[in-house]
Amino acid sequence: MKKTVLLGALTVAGLAAGAAAAGTLDDVKARGTLNCGVTTGLVGFAAPDANGEWAGFDVSVCRAVAAAVLGDSKAVEFVPTTGKTRFTALASGEIDVLARNTTWTYSRDVDLKFEFIGVNYYDGQGFMVPKDLGVSSAKELDGATVCIQTGTTTELNLADFFRANNISYEPVPIETNAEAQQQYLAGACDVYTTDASGLAATRATFDDPAGHVLLPEIISKEPLGPLVRHGDHEWGDVVRWTLNALVSAEELGVTSANIGEMSAGTNNPEINRLLGTEGTLGEMMGLDAGWAKSAIMAGGNYGEIFAKNIGEETPVGLARGLNAQWTNGGLLYSPPFR
Amino acid sequence: MTTLTDPPQESFRLSQLIYDTRYRSMTIQIVALIGFLLLLGWLFNNTAQNLADLGKEPSFRFLGEPAGYDINQRLLEYNSQDTHLRAAFVGLLNTLVVAVLGCITATFLGVAIGVLRLSNNWVISKLMMIYVETFRNVPVLLWIVFTMAIMIETMPAPRAFKGDNPAAQMMMNDSVAVTNRGVYIPEPLFSNTLGDVHLFGAASMRFDVSLDLLALMLVLGASLWGANWFRKRADKIQEVTGDRPKTWHVRLGLIVVPTAILLYILGFHLGYPELKGFNFKGGTHFRNSLIALWLALSLYTAAFIAEIVRAGILAIDHGQSEAAAALGLRPKRIMNLVILPQALRVIIPPMISNYLNLTKNSSLAIAVGYMDLTGTLMGITLNQTGRELETVLLTMAIYLLISLSISAVMNVYNNSVKMVER
Repeated sequence: MKKTVLLGALTVAGLAAGAAAAGTLDDVKARGTLNCGVTTGLVGFAAPDANGEWAGFDVSVCRAVAAAVLGDSKAVEFVPTTGKTRFTALASGEIDVLARNTTWTYSRDVDLKFEFIGVNYYDGQGFMVPKDLGVSSAKELDGATVCIQTGTTTELNLADFFRANNISYEPVPIETNAEAQQQYLAGACDVYTTDASGLAATRATFDDPAGHVLLPEIISKEPLGPLVRHGDHEWGDVVRWTLNALVSAEELGVTSANIGEMSAGTNNPEINRLLGTEGTLGEMMGLDAGWAKSAIMAGGNYGEIFAKNIGEETPVGLARGLNAQWTNGGLLYSPPFR
Repeated sequence: MTTLTDPPQESFRLSQLIYDTRYRSMTIQIVALIGFLLLLGWLFNNTAQNLADLGKEPSFRFLGEPAGYDINQRLLEYNSQDTHLRAAFVGLLNTLVVAVLGCITATFLGVAIGVLRLSNNWVISKLMMIYVETFRNVPVLLWIVFTMAIMIETMPAPRAFKGDNPAAQMMMNDSVAVTNRGVYIPEPLFSNTLGDVHLFGAASMRFDVSLDLLALMLVLGASLWGANWFRKRADKIQEVTGDRPKTWHVRLGLIVVPTAILLYILGFHLGYPELKGFNFKGGTHFRNSLIALWLALSLYTAAFIAEIVRAGILAIDHGQSEAAAALGLRPKRIMNLVILPQALRVIIPPMISNYLNLTKNSSLAIAVGYMDLTGTLMGITLNQTGRELETVLLTMAIYLLISLSISAVMNVYNNSVKMVER
């Protein structure tokens, strides 16, 4: 009898231990590093550079969050994920945040139980074809072989697009951008389709980028942004407001060059609140007062990050377009820091 | 005189469960069983609890929802509006196709190589040794990726077949095209087709059966039965009269003529692949993902089968072949009639494991984008619905079912070749 009680108690204790979960913010602080899920390699967005250091547009989000939470933009453990493995990695707690050009959709938010904390790139799905194929519109692609990354929204959009236009195609499912690139360049598929930014980034790595054209059709909305697990609102706030801080910093004219001088105090109260010289915004989130300053210093404000990784001066060569500040006719709009 | 009395009935005491050897083993087993069940219960509870905390209670409802994605190789009619269950079904058939093709090829290759490795010809036996050692000692995933890479990089793209002076040419009288998207060969077509039978209406598991194929199989089966009957008749005549009537021409006619007549009635002709637009149209398309997976799995498993065959042959006493040779049998017949039938008893049990391995290894298909069960159910469906636990459990159950079926069928065969003991 006693034995049964003991085993029962053990079971209950085990259950309680299994069910209890500490907040991600505390976990990250205790661990001293941020586990950040990125792509397995997409130049401009997330790829290791010549020194093996991860760099890119999405990587900068990870570094900014690490800087805000831990004060060190290098304290990031990058976990490469594929289109297929990314959600499992996040749901299982292997990563704290997924910054991997992932499209914010209803079902991912509501059904998969993730929380998209904002949009860092407004994108749409496009098509890339070799120039000598002589195709000028996606509607001419009847019967074409299309390389597509599996488990993505682009895969579903592709099926819808061809169905809606009543034309057929042959999908070639591939796992990573690198595989798609290999198959596309070898002519094993006529078309490569993914987010237009991804196409531009991929084309930038080709020996002959001018030999490939992006077709004019953009067949979907792809708001790409970082996401965290549903339910941990404190952690969601940290990542959300870190991204907002980068966007606000650009709007307010705070750059990595002038941040030192500005953090001494300015006559703009919002800048002061953002940089922690006024008010207690950091404390409200459980971070120190200089959290936003560290985040901005990690890689600059949103505009600087964009220009450095994927802007028109880089091989990827993307125009700001929709991703300009709202004051310049774009969609970037950060809620106020007050 | 004493009367024998029964020893006094010992009353059962609780402590006997531990101290009495008659009961102790039982006690230990029951305690172990309870512990095991508790562990299982804890695992189950913990999983359910954690999923509930995430707000994702296990549910298989997603199987009935539209999949939304396309599958390139589909043996059944399928489009993106079909359900996830149908997509899984299409994937399962793709798994079975590559498994069956792989098992057959691997067996033929493996037996040949295993026998050749025992050859007296030094060059041949060493070459076979090199083959076995290279394929056995490199992971199968690498072979799959390597085969795929070779096909993509060395074969011409369909574009190369275009123009007045094309860089690539079709083979065999313009009927076969080898491209880096796969191989296109002529397909059998019927102009007076009997049509299909649609089973299960519009359900997810609906299935079309081609009446043409059914008719062909029936006629061919009947012809084979007839030919067999004719041979037995010849045997009887031989027993009675000592003369064996010539049978081959009648048997050949019995097999070929009815089928040929049926094919003629159905209007059999070949559909040749033709370059239209971006791709070859018409014909049967063997995708290079299928070819890569099939080749790599066959070559890899053949290396293991070769070793099993070699071991089986070496297990037969040398006296057997000497005795057969003394009777005047030629080496080829010794192998076929004396050695291999005995060796089969040693060969078959490990062979079953290799068939199972090949089938399970086919789940590496995703490396080359072959849409098998892991590509559809455990790949895209898992990703689009976020139902990790359910899809993985389902996939495990299906693979278990496939493996157990293979094992059961092979065990029946094993029993049929086993030494009959009296």
